[in-house]
Amino acid sequence: MSPAAILRTVVLAGAVAALEIACRTGAIPPTMVVAPSTMLVGAVEALDDPEFWRHFGVTVEAVAIAMSIAIVGGFCTGFMLTRIPPLRRAVSPFLASYYSIPHLAFYPLLIVIFGLGRAPLIVLATLFAMVAMILATMAGLDRVPPVLARTARIHRLSLLSEIWQVRLPAAAPHILSGLKLAVAYSFIGVIAGEFIMSTEGIGHEIAYAYDNFNNRRMYALILIVLALVTTFNMTVFAWERRMLKRRGL
Amino acid sequence: MTVAAEPAAPGARPLTAALGALRGPALVTLAVLVMWQLAHELAGDVAITAPAPTLAHLVEMIGQARFLPHLAETAMAFGQALLIAWMGGVLIGLCLGGSRLAGEAAEPVLVTLYSIPKVTLYPVILLLFGLGMQAKVAFGAFHGIIPVALFTLNAVRNIPAVQIRTARALRLSPAQRARHVLLPAALPEVFAGLRLGFSLTLLGSMLGELFASQRGLGFLLMKAIDLHDVETILAIAVLISVFAVAANMGLLAIDRRLRRGAAPAGHGA
Repeated sequence: MSPAAILRTVVLAGAVAALEIACRTGAIPPTMVVAPSTMLVGAVEALDDPEFWRHFGVTVEAVAIAMSIAIVGGFCTGFMLTRIPPLRRAVSPFLASYYSIPHLAFYPLLIVIFGLGRAPLIVLATLFAMVAMILATMAGLDRVPPVLARTARIHRLSLLSEIWQVRLPAAAPHILSGLKLAVAYSFIGVIAGEFIMSTEGIGHEIAYAYDNFNNRRMYALILIVLALVTTFNMTVFAWERRMLKRRGL
Repeated sequence: MTVAAEPAAPGARPLTAALGALRGPALVTLAVLVMWQLAHELAGDVAITAPAPTLAHLVEMIGQARFLPHLAETAMAFGQALLIAWMGGVLIGLCLGGSRLAGEAAEPVLVTLYSIPKVTLYPVILLLFGLGMQAKVAFGAFHGIIPVALFTLNAVRNIPAVQIRTARALRLSPAQRARHVLLPAALPEVFAGLRLGFSLTLLGSMLGELFASQRGLGFLLMKAIDLHDVETILAIAVLISVFAVAANMGLLAIDRRLRRGAAPAGHGA
């Protein structure tokens, strides 16, 4: 392990231990934060509960659909915009400000349009996640060295194989960071929507536990969601590392 | 600053350039309005009210005395959160970026924090800060501070080593080093972080107002959702969106100037 990794592990472990001690000694009341060990036990209990898996499945399904549409659609849109500079110049200030818009305000409208159920949540999450992917795709494609594009032209690659074999791999680091953001934003969209108005899903369960002062369950569920997202991101990160290493970077 | 040293173009050119720059956004605004009107025609008043009455409703609402305290509350929460996020983020970034080991140790943690769905943590923030202004400010600042810190950290790390060596040769104190070497060299990238932090802080404070608050635009939104007052929902959404887009365009313009100034700055200003 590198010194930085050791330092990081020590600091994080120290923080968790400090929190544990503060909670155990009562310096932090359990009405605020429950001890990390209690969170862990609660999480294990939740994982044992079939009811949890139903809510979990509902949320993950919505996130997976939203994420897939956002990633594919975002990439295609981003690619198209880099090909049409005037359109891009017109749209980019709006894309840059996109994440300041309170998307959740449109959730009730989506319910009216798409009916109660999972559809408005999925649409909300897709809208939320897609622009991160568009921005990342454009940033990635912008940074493809011109020499690679020229090489592709010399080899008379078709547009599709130029994209697949040259542009996509060259832009991969940025596109992957967009992918990670798209995952996070899909989760935010779905879970925030479930917080506000929903009868099932992890977001609803967290809000329900909060309303009932069931801190143990609430922290356990939050821990599970965060662990899931972090594991996913780490996997993408490890894949990215391996890919860069293979290219000798 | 190199920004001020730009040659003054002959009178008419900046105006046409400005008009040209405005044409794209104007067209997009028009397209949004047309799409809005079309959606209204398709879905009807129950789902989406038409643009003109909604905007009229917005103007009327802003004129009402009872609307202003809500606006002030939101502006207050957002302003405080932004201040904390910007100053705190730059400070954290400078500290971590100043030491190679600290930067390397902290970056993955910051990246992880940046990419987790922070909305899940809102109940925790509510428990820690109680219902009210503090929770909103904390949640907004929590959203914004991480990207600002990350960008500042990277900016400081990418400063050419020769500048840092010069600072050491001149025996600058840490404060002087930050003020005269690190900050100017890192400014363009730090500013990109500030811009991102602005958007995310706004998002965070809006989210904070939506879930648990008794005042502010977010509260008005939730009340309108409960009453199914589509006109008010849209009017507030438009108000916030216009503010966000306008502020962001302003920041983008400054961003571009800083970058343009940064390129030939080798020989200093």
